[in-house]
Amino acid sequence: MPRSYLDFEEPLRELDRRRDAAAIAGDEMQVEALDREIASVARAISAGLGAWQRIALARHPDRPTAIEAFRVLCTDFVELRGDRCFGDDPAVVAGLARRNGRPLAVVGHQRGRDPGDRVRRNFGMARPEGFRKARRVFDLAGRMGLPILTLVDTQGAWPGTESEERGIAESISGCLAALAGAPVPVVAALLGEGGSGGALAFAVADRLLALENGCLSVITPEGCASILDRKRTPEGVARAAESLRMGASDLLRLGVVDVVVPEPEGGAHRDPDAAVQALGREIDRAFADLSEISPAALRSLRDERLRRLGRSELAVLVEPEQVC
Amino acid sequence: MKSSEGARREAGEPSPPETPPGPTTTPRGGDEALFVTCPSCRGPSYRKDVERRLLVCGTCGHHFRLTVEERLRITVDRGTWQETWPGLVGGDPLHWTEAPDGPAYPERVAAARAQTGHREAVVTGTAEIESVPVALGVMDFHFMGGTMGTAVGEKLARLVDLARETRRPLVVFTASGGARMQEGTLSLVQMAKVVAALVRLREACVPYVCVLTDPTTGGVCASLAMRGDVQVAEPGALIGFAGPRVIEQTIQQTLPPGFQRAETLLLQGMVDMVVHRGDLRTSLGRLLRALSKAPDAAR
Repeated sequence: MPRSYLDFEEPLRELDRRRDAAAIAGDEMQVEALDREIASVARAISAGLGAWQRIALARHPDRPTAIEAFRVLCTDFVELRGDRCFGDDPAVVAGLARRNGRPLAVVGHQRGRDPGDRVRRNFGMARPEGFRKARRVFDLAGRMGLPILTLVDTQGAWPGTESEERGIAESISGCLAALAGAPVPVVAALLGEGGSGGALAFAVADRLLALENGCLSVITPEGCASILDRKRTPEGVARAAESLRMGASDLLRLGVVDVVVPEPEGGAHRDPDAAVQALGREIDRAFADLSEISPAALRSLRDERLRRLGRSELAVLVEPEQVC
Repeated sequence: MKSSEGARREAGEPSPPETPPGPTTTPRGGDEALFVTCPSCRGPSYRKDVERRLLVCGTCGHHFRLTVEERLRITVDRGTWQETWPGLVGGDPLHWTEAPDGPAYPERVAAARAQTGHREAVVTGTAEIESVPVALGVMDFHFMGGTMGTAVGEKLARLVDLARETRRPLVVFTASGGARMQEGTLSLVQMAKVVAALVRLREACVPYVCVLTDPTTGGVCASLAMRGDVQVAEPGALIGFAGPRVIEQTIQQTLPPGFQRAETLLLQGMVDMVVHRGDLRTSLGRLLRALSKAPDAAR
């Protein structure tokens, strides 16, 4: 499939074309030279990116999706489908698999790859069925003692009438409860964009990892810009993206994310397998750290981790008093 | 108890859920106004009458939004309310300013404090409802749209812990536009923090009654508001995850009447009951006595 280029990636298009041509011609010296040049241009582009452009990278059409990442990370993947209530939501992929020979449960948002697949999967924006399927797999993993790996990659839960009618809020809160209470290690990774409650539904974990251009925010920059200014100009959206401090490095500073995994030069989409392999090494490290901890202690540590978030911001203004 | 008419009129930050014709806000008119206009039927009512009816319109039954003081006055047994952590406040983790000319977040919080007389968008404490001791939380839509930031999340999580430790049933009145945008992702994760505490409460077999009031939306709806053992809603309350305007933009259609309203959620199986404000205290008492296996009230 041809590569896609964002506007700020345009300098790479011609270099990529020449590099591919050289590779076909078998000109290895030329390929090496161009690879070096591409890496240096990609590095220069990355260095100058603003928050909004990084979010564009998190949404990049060529960025690895959850299914592709599970294929790289795991073997023996068996997909589990359906919520046993209403239907199966292709915006969420869930199943059982093995990583380094050990069984685990995997759940992620699935944005889709080609245009048809993206429409079928609703661009990874899940309906209640998707969250209820995930919850079913979280519960199953808990009962069977299987560690849980989740990948977050969604602009948010689907804001349609059918979502509301079928209880999208309840289904999201159910995922939060299932992960909070899971008596097994839970490792989550921000693969791409993490938009609001629909993303958080898979991001309650013992360790939250993030690819360098991954993000997690309380609201999309577009939504934030609409609230601040109904006109929602491109400048407003870019400013909102900065203000929200939603990128991986900001989240690391805030304590929301535990580890940021560097992406290949230019972003994960430039070399998806390498990006996912790098993530895999941190996933292994996280599971190794958690493997010796008892279920009860895991839960306590997970609760404590949540309690820590934002604690340094808290203060007590005055002594208690009666209000009424 | 102090009057907060002014606070009531200035509700709705930062993202008041858009409401269909007949917005559900509180009576218009200043403190001294004799008459108020119902935002639903537009009819004028004698203020004293509306207040006597627990802020329900005598013509159309519209339930006005309440201040925390009003809610406590009509819900808890007199003299039993004891507030917990009233001084707990959050910070400004993102150094948030709204647009180049907008007010900084701490100024917005200060304005909300001046308006409501509370320091954050939830008030927590212990009380008795019809003689049943409970741990009680009341969210305040008049405080920045009842949004949940770090302090609101912390107070709610502590309240859930208090309920578990003292084995008091937990009662929370929700009223919120969702997670507080100005504290960014730290607000978002409060959803998980409170739900994690609720999971512990459930495991301890302490009951949780959630009373959904107008409006309960966004991240608050998708966390604590949908995890009650019993879900009670006030008539006409807007309850949902996405705001009506966002949904209309998504589907490019006008929403049907009653969409995301308490009565519709009852039909969809999302709440157990829709209770008129005049009956709420009695209903809560009956529920709480049953759930805490207390003897039935002889009265």
